[in-house]
Amino acid sequence: MDRVIVTGNTVQEALDKGIKDLNTDKDNIEYNVIEKGKGGFLGLFGKKEAKVELIKKETKAEKSLKLLSKLIEEMDLDLQVELIEEKTTKNNLFLNIFGEDLGIIIGYRGKNLDALQYIMNLAINKGESNYLKIILDAQGYRNRRRSSLERLALRMCKKAKKTGRKVMLEPMPPHERRIIHSTLQGVSGVKTYSEGRDPYRKVIIKVK
Amino acid sequence: MKEVLRTIAENIVDNPQEVSVKEREEGQSIILELRVADEDMGKVIGKGGRVAKAIRTLIEAAATKAKKQVRVEIKD
Repeated sequence: MDRVIVTGNTVQEALDKGIKDLNTDKDNIEYNVIEKGKGGFLGLFGKKEAKVELIKKETKAEKSLKLLSKLIEEMDLDLQVELIEEKTTKNNLFLNIFGEDLGIIIGYRGKNLDALQYIMNLAINKGESNYLKIILDAQGYRNRRRSSLERLALRMCKKAKKTGRKVMLEPMPPHERRIIHSTLQGVSGVKTYSEGRDPYRKVIIKVK
Repeated sequence: MKEVLRTIAENIVDNPQEVSVKEREEGQSIILELRVADEDMGKVIGKGGRVAKAIRTLIEAAATKAKKQVRVEIKD
């Protein structure tokens, strides 16, 4: 049920009741006042109840899932989408993509997945003041990539220490560079910094 | 391919009713011409062409499976 008509002594009372009936909160509804209601004389004569129509708005999570499924279908890929988690406090929404054509949607070094994530964020946050960050994953790809970046960081750090020269990594998007920086943050004897401009910005590991 | 491009464009611009996508062939490749309202040009191109780049990446991904060469042109 996503549409109800409720009555109450006042408009506010009707609204509260309707929100409860729809099992949602006040940010997710739109309403029309059908009848304003009158208190009447001493609450007795000419009293009229307020009547309000409430429509439940699509939540951003629902909207995101719908749009993502639509895009994947139109790309003719054999994939499905699911909601993993919605962290309302942090305004993060995690969505997972799974199925046959996983490789295509991830792309080389996650290029396609990142592009899709970027477009999804633009679409869902268009004209909204409350920014929701959508994070797309493909069957644990993000975690696998994180582990391999951590390994890469440690390996390259060793190389820098051994040769005494600075090691330049290949260009990476911001979230991947962050993984490299934080992996080597606690390692003594080396420091990391980035050089260049996105999308060619890369991390450099240097012996102190 | 055409549909994906239209869906993406319609969802990121302010005037979705003014989005149009035309498809034409040129030799081996398919060219998709995207047109949007003048004030929406910035929305589909983005800062430093970031949005346009993401759109092209996705269209290319869609073309991988179809084993076709596709190019997106943004027309003004």
